[in-house]
Amino acid sequence: MKKLEVDVHHLTRVEGHGNIKVRVSDGKIEDLRLEIVESPRFFESMLVGRYIDEVPHITARICGICALGHTTAAVRAAENALGWTPPEEVMMLRRLLLDGETIQSHILHVYFLAAPDFFNVGSVIPLATSHPEVVKRALRLKKLGNHTCEILAGRKIHPVSMAVGGFTHWPTKSQFLQVKEMLLQSREDLDETVKLFATLEPPALESPTEYIALRSDSDRYEFVEGRVVSSSGDSVSEEEYLDLITEKTVAHSSARHASTERGCYAVGALARYKINHDRLSPWAAKGAKAMGLTPDAVNPFHNNTAQIVESMQCVEEGLEMVEKLLDVDQPPVYAPLEKKAGVGTAAVEVPRGILFHHYETDDRGVITKANCIIPTGQNQANIEMDLHRFVGNMVKGGKSEDEVRHACEMLVRAYDPCISCSAHFLEVELV
Amino acid sequence: MSKPKIGVFSFASCEGCQLQLLNYEDDLLDLLGRIDIVNFREAIDEKSNEYTIALVEGSIATESDAEEVREIRENADFLVTIGACAVTTGLNGMRNATTAQDAWKRVYPDREFDENVASQVRRVSEVVQVDFEIPGCPIDRRELLYVITCLLHGQVPRLPTSPVCDECRRAGNPCLLDRGIWCFGSITRSGCGAICPTYGESCCGCRGLLPGAPIEELIEILGKKGMPRDEVIVRLNQFASRDEQVKALTEELRRRRQEVAV
Repeated sequence: MKKLEVDVHHLTRVEGHGNIKVRVSDGKIEDLRLEIVESPRFFESMLVGRYIDEVPHITARICGICALGHTTAAVRAAENALGWTPPEEVMMLRRLLLDGETIQSHILHVYFLAAPDFFNVGSVIPLATSHPEVVKRALRLKKLGNHTCEILAGRKIHPVSMAVGGFTHWPTKSQFLQVKEMLLQSREDLDETVKLFATLEPPALESPTEYIALRSDSDRYEFVEGRVVSSSGDSVSEEEYLDLITEKTVAHSSARHASTERGCYAVGALARYKINHDRLSPWAAKGAKAMGLTPDAVNPFHNNTAQIVESMQCVEEGLEMVEKLLDVDQPPVYAPLEKKAGVGTAAVEVPRGILFHHYETDDRGVITKANCIIPTGQNQANIEMDLHRFVGNMVKGGKSEDEVRHACEMLVRAYDPCISCSAHFLEVELV
Repeated sequence: MSKPKIGVFSFASCEGCQLQLLNYEDDLLDLLGRIDIVNFREAIDEKSNEYTIALVEGSIATESDAEEVREIRENADFLVTIGACAVTTGLNGMRNATTAQDAWKRVYPDREFDENVASQVRRVSEVVQVDFEIPGCPIDRRELLYVITCLLHGQVPRLPTSPVCDECRRAGNPCLLDRGIWCFGSITRSGCGAICPTYGESCCGCRGLLPGAPIEELIEILGKKGMPRDEVIVRLNQFASRDEQVKALTEELRRRRQEVAV
């Protein structure tokens, strides 16, 4: 194949509006772009002038899929700005909720968005007829994630009770028990999920890169707090995030993207697995082994596999949290925090990777500056690098235009990009 | 009988309202047996212009958004807006407090302004005729299912027009105002089951304000609880920045306090 052109307008089965453009001539890639064409929303601008306690509710609306992750980052950053440390019970409930969101988001992605490619269909709808058991299992697992959040925080999409300073509603014992029951029931469905995905062969692609994820001083597979750790060996505290990550303008493009001094990097389930694999529960580690996932994985398609392993990890962590929360006799009492001037940053692992929120307030608690660094924004340059390597391999292998297009779509999808999030502030074009 | 064809479309938003469609875990397979989803970028590959019902999410924030929604209007017999962004502009309306150029400069100082960005964020009904609106941030899943069911049976759906307080009282919640916590439930359209006050959180008005809502009375009550008039106006701007009464109050506040960015 000497010459080919791929032009995917509004890639389907991803969150948000994106285009893929590839032009190959004389066997050489002349142009390759992942365009993000989402309507810009200007959240950081809208936040200036708002009260700090409004932050979780406003930033939840950056994304319908990972609303709870944004909320968690927002409350922690705001609390850091106001100089408040949450009690352990509050952190446990936040962990449990984020476990729920991570399960529902990962399951939505692997079954509804990515799996149709492996069955050669265009969506989950035909699978409802051809593989009803698979779809029903996916729906049960997704429901588990959603209901955990709905029962405990009022809503999954834009959680209600997660506030700066704790929870405005503390769940009852019976609510915790409902969640425990659902978590226990999900084990069988996840075992079946592992069996299914162990039979699906991801496309081959060796694309080593730098991986960044949270890692804490505890022995926990971390999602909610800790140090920002790179596979290069670098490690910074969350407030020092700009020492590791810079956002800059790229030549021939006006896009702002994140990089380290070494270049592009990857965040998300695979990055977290690579940084924290030694802390997986035995059951989740067994799932990884059964699907052939190993810590030296450098194939971005293994992000889907890592998402299944993490769903298992979240069930295990969720059960641990629910047991501890059932033992809490005196729930923490919520009181709004005193508003004052401050600066606060938080890093939280949301389904698609590490998320940073940063706020500065004046003495009335009014925001003077806001910054959010989104997983998909961090992954963009890395996706493009992978596409270059992938298309290069396929051109050498003499693949047809259709095969290349389909493979490129699958690769972008493997990252589970959240384009609404990445374009929360601007339109980005990657060249 | 062939199944009715539905297209799902998204503009400036978090895509959470269309996600509610995938969140019918118990009813999804049944629903798919009754309708044909022919255009739904977030979940399916097919992209057809043959649909009778269009579900439209998101605000109109760019010139190309406006063009696209006009095409959807041409194609659809029935256009339903879903969610605050589409119905009232929701949170996106806060962007209108500054010019598009200023918002751009603030978040992206080193890049040239994109002329496609509209000067004002608009609700869908400011651009095309809308047949039915489902408010809320996000929309309530049951409400969406109810509206779809009505449309399938040729009936006109009706949504509640009473204040959130009605549902809140029925839920047996203690009044947040009595506990000294601010709440916009008395001036906001119900239909959400008062989910926020039920979970101890203030109603922030996401479903839109009632026509002729008694805002001044609420400002007076909140003043007695210790929330200054200006703070009430700032908070009203979170979801109701395009409400005529709120616009007037915000103008008044701007004149008084130039430094507050609402």
